[in-house]
Amino acid sequence: MYPANMRYTYQHEWVDIQENVATIGITHHAQEELGDIVFVDMRKPGERVEVGKSCGTVESVKAVSEIYSPVTGAVKELNNDLTANPELINQDPHGKGWMLKVALDGPVDLGKLMTAAQYEIFVQQESGH
Amino acid sequence: MSGSAPHGASISKTALNESHRRAGGRMVDFAGWDMPIEYTGIVSEHLAVRTKAGLFDVSHMGEFEFDGPGALPLLQKVTCNDVSRLQNGQAHYSGLMNERGGMVDDLLIHKVADNRYFLCVNAARREADFDWFSRHNDVGASLRNTSDDYTQLAIQGPRALAILQPLTSVNLSAIKYYWFAFGKVLGTECLVARTGYTGEDGFEVYLPVSESGRFWNAFLDAGKPVGLIPCGLGARNTLRLEAGMLLYGHDMNEDVTPLEAGLRFICKLDKVPFLGQDVLLAQSQNGLEHRIVGFEMLDRAIARDDAPVHVGGKLVGKVTSGSHAPFLKRNIGLAMLPAEFAELGQQISIEIRGNLAAAKVVPVPFYRRPKS
Repeated sequence: MYPANMRYTYQHEWVDIQENVATIGITHHAQEELGDIVFVDMRKPGERVEVGKSCGTVESVKAVSEIYSPVTGAVKELNNDLTANPELINQDPHGKGWMLKVALDGPVDLGKLMTAAQYEIFVQQESGH
Repeated sequence: MSGSAPHGASISKTALNESHRRAGGRMVDFAGWDMPIEYTGIVSEHLAVRTKAGLFDVSHMGEFEFDGPGALPLLQKVTCNDVSRLQNGQAHYSGLMNERGGMVDDLLIHKVADNRYFLCVNAARREADFDWFSRHNDVGASLRNTSDDYTQLAIQGPRALAILQPLTSVNLSAIKYYWFAFGKVLGTECLVARTGYTGEDGFEVYLPVSESGRFWNAFLDAGKPVGLIPCGLGARNTLRLEAGMLLYGHDMNEDVTPLEAGLRFICKLDKVPFLGQDVLLAQSQNGLEHRIVGFEMLDRAIARDDAPVHVGGKLVGKVTSGSHAPFLKRNIGLAMLPAEFAELGQQISIEIRGNLAAAKVVPVPFYRRPKS
């Protein structure tokens, strides 16, 4: 369910770090909790994002949710497909539903992120079953 | 859409709670009730009702039965619509009024027979409404709160009639919009009303609570081949908003008059005296200071309930209901605005997480079903 090459936050974002670029999205569990996603609003290319701080919002029909950046750096690229097709996040949260790419300031402290196996346990514990 | 149980109160369940869980319903606390907000997703459920059919468990709604010669005078005294105009088998939408012209609740009143009425009220207002009726019952009407006796299923959408007809001896085509009939459904005596809260054709079936599971399964089985799916309160909210229908506690409350809420059509100001009539007459003569309007977002943003509304840099009102509209694929809502800013085409700014997003006042309803 959760790709092993990605790392995970306690707020249900995933991050895929390739050299000095981090690709960020929300997890399968997060999209399930949110329901049908209809709107995505991210920091614009060139803007700064900071670890643990909001880097945008995602809205489902029923609610709005902040996205917290797992890394610090400058926004390099947004997934423009989400403007017309925000449902890609529901359909393929860890693939075509990626949200933004960030050019990293420096090395990421992986110790503060969960592995896929850890995240899976975290989700089970949080759901209480 | 979010409600919560009063502190320390236990959460109520409808008779179909287990059925909802088995059907994959995502359960939430709505006004003290453990209810499904969605099964497959709000968008798919919303679209099913607009294009095919959907089935809703709305048993959290309350039912009252009023009998006797005092029933009509009591209803006339505390509601704003004219109950004397109802014929047997006819229903109407109305407001339960307070002395200030505000609304204790909105409700449906069905005239079963002379001196006999069947009411449907909001879940969160069951007790408050019954207390209010009881307090004003100086005319000797027999009042019964029979909410726990009924399961209410709403089958809504263009295919609702075709799905339900084979299951009932009632000739559904003969029931006009906002009329109802008693008759056998699945062999059990029910009240079948051509009413709903979605903007589509459809029926609301009031059945004995003991038959809940059998009816739920039979309706689903009968509808599945033509696209009926179970629908939760999430889709119910987006459907009603698209159709320009109001939600009590959001767009109306004890401090909002039905005129301010845009419900002129249920205010029969010339009928016998009723609570708040003087306030409504004054508003009718002098004009409204503020009222509910529909708006559509111009900027890419979704306004949510309680978002502040600005005009010319000044805070002038607030959003009372706001959402993405899944069928129209626009972001819409209702807002309470001063009359001077309530005209069609008025540009407004809605504060969303600290930013101002542009919107404009548009006609309500946002969606009207095609004439069949």
